[in-house]
Amino acid sequence: MKYPKNGRFGEFGGKYIPETLVPAIEELEENYLKFKDDKTFKKELDYYLKVYAGRPTPLYYAKNLSEKLGGAKIYLKREDLLHGGAHKINNTLGQALLAKKMKKKRIIAETGAGQHGVATAMACAALGMKAEVYMGYKDTIRQKLNVFRMDMLGCKVYPVYSGSKTLKDAINEAIRDWITNVETTYYLLGSAVGPHPYPVMVRDFQSVIGNEIKSQMKKINRTPDSLIACVGGGSNAIGTFYPLIDSNAEMIGVEAAGKGLKTKLHSATLSAGSKGVLHGMMTYLLQDKEGQITETHSISAGLDYPGVGPEHSYYKDTKRIKYHSATDSEVIDAFLMLTRTEGIIPALESAHAIAEAIKVARKGKKSESIVVTLSGRGDKDVEEVQNYLKRNVKD
Amino acid sequence: MSKIKEKFAELEAKNQKALISYIMVGFPNEKATITAVRGLVKGGADIIELGFPFSDPIADGPVIQNASTISLKKGTKISKFFSIVKKIRKETDIPLVLMTYTNILYHKGYSKFISEAKKAGIDGFILPDMSIEESKEYLKAAKSNADTIFLISPNTSNTRIQKIAKVSTGFLYLVAVYGTTGVKTGIKNYTLKAIKNVKKQTKGKTPVCIGFGISTPKDVKKYIKAGADAVIVGSAYLKLIEKTPQNKLESKITTFTKSLKKQTLL
Repeated sequence: MKYPKNGRFGEFGGKYIPETLVPAIEELEENYLKFKDDKTFKKELDYYLKVYAGRPTPLYYAKNLSEKLGGAKIYLKREDLLHGGAHKINNTLGQALLAKKMKKKRIIAETGAGQHGVATAMACAALGMKAEVYMGYKDTIRQKLNVFRMDMLGCKVYPVYSGSKTLKDAINEAIRDWITNVETTYYLLGSAVGPHPYPVMVRDFQSVIGNEIKSQMKKINRTPDSLIACVGGGSNAIGTFYPLIDSNAEMIGVEAAGKGLKTKLHSATLSAGSKGVLHGMMTYLLQDKEGQITETHSISAGLDYPGVGPEHSYYKDTKRIKYHSATDSEVIDAFLMLTRTEGIIPALESAHAIAEAIKVARKGKKSESIVVTLSGRGDKDVEEVQNYLKRNVKD
Repeated sequence: MSKIKEKFAELEAKNQKALISYIMVGFPNEKATITAVRGLVKGGADIIELGFPFSDPIADGPVIQNASTISLKKGTKISKFFSIVKKIRKETDIPLVLMTYTNILYHKGYSKFISEAKKAGIDGFILPDMSIEESKEYLKAAKSNADTIFLISPNTSNTRIQKIAKVSTGFLYLVAVYGTTGVKTGIKNYTLKAIKNVKKQTKGKTPVCIGFGISTPKDVKKYIKAGADAVIVGSAYLKLIEKTPQNKLESKITTFTKSLKKQTLL
């Protein structure tokens, strides 16, 4: 769906927002539509993506891993090599540049694992702006390295103590800040979620991933048989899938199954959720019988979210994209396997996609190719993995 | 004519403006809710807004957030809420408005929720995250069954005010300040201007009620003087409920309500 009419992907999306935010959302959409095809804007953004963020990122044939599995060929789209260590910078540069064009002086953002917070702080520093970031208290502990990074980048980090103290609550608090400071503030949302136009705008900024995959595969005379990416809010996944949505490639989004889908300790919104309204959008949610949002769990803070981008909900219902999930334990296995076979330490979020790729590759033919988006690097996660391994003895 | 409309007509005849008092159901327990409502009625509140807790109240400040969390922890469910409303209805026929978030109604189904609420004794709904663009199904479900009260902000354009006024029944909820509920920022000039402007835009067809951050008789006086048809007080009540022992709750609420209501008599 090129540009969703009335902000809806099928029945999903929309803008369920407090009235105070309506003028801000309208201003944002107006400016986004004005600048998205503007030559100067595109040129400027391309410049930053190239020489600041490090695009294009390589498409790496993971020969050791593929041979070890003995099936299909696995290609890694190396978003982990971007400045800041994750795909998040694609979106933050785009939105920060837009905010600058809109003459906004103050930027706020939420962050889960801290990657979006870091990417916001970097983009703002590069463009001469200041950022303030909300982060769930629980996440400030398990991803404290990223809190230090934001600190050093001159960005204020506000720990959020309400609710489950994770990404969902950080978004709540960022929205409250935005309502309070609506006249001066730009809310730089980090995933393809929230009220229209955020889901489509973030998708567009992240589509650079899929567009590069398309041309990089063409260069080696291949077409991907499968595309795999992890899904929390779903920005790296939609950026991977959308440019190839009309191709024949199988597409799999991988959610966090945490301790298992039957335990309730997971974040697999599309696999186990139901329709509802949260954070300005109608989408699949993890909620109880009464419509109260339930607490989620994932070993990766970046996927620990009870909602999902509305476009993913649409592709789930239309069956264009399959949504699978990986448990914490499968993720740790995948994390270690990639690290040991290829010398690449993936973010725990991205390790969900690797876990699925391992399953798909094993069943695949040698002639087939799988492209996995490695959305981020795992330096931030080594302590978390170490703790997990101490608790659960693993080889 | 809806109960809310009747109330405003009755007040107009008496040359009074309205006091709308908000409490969170189940905060800190069912008994406190029933007792507080008695105090509100005795103190002269004209309309009562009952908050139903939602896990993610994005339009609310710390006081209502905390009350929501406690109410949910105490096990406030939709069925429980309806049974409390029925109990209240046995004691008073004061107009009751339910304030909660869209997902609570959406999840149960707008029609089903609204008809059950109506049966229990709810007269109208306020959903702070329901924009007019997304309201088609909700309006259809509420049609002629309950009032749908929409919010207006000081930054809402005149064309939009007209559109909101068209679908808002019972009253219009003008948000006093940029911000969440219960945050005291003082009375702003832009708010006083907004009251006058919304009144002008709507030509007095729908009462314009002001809320968010209003907590003292002095605030009430100022907003009524600026032309508001009603003031909505919420977080101040929750603070009072939190610090008052159960045996003094009714009288404390009555006294506070009287002090606010006094400022709405012209």
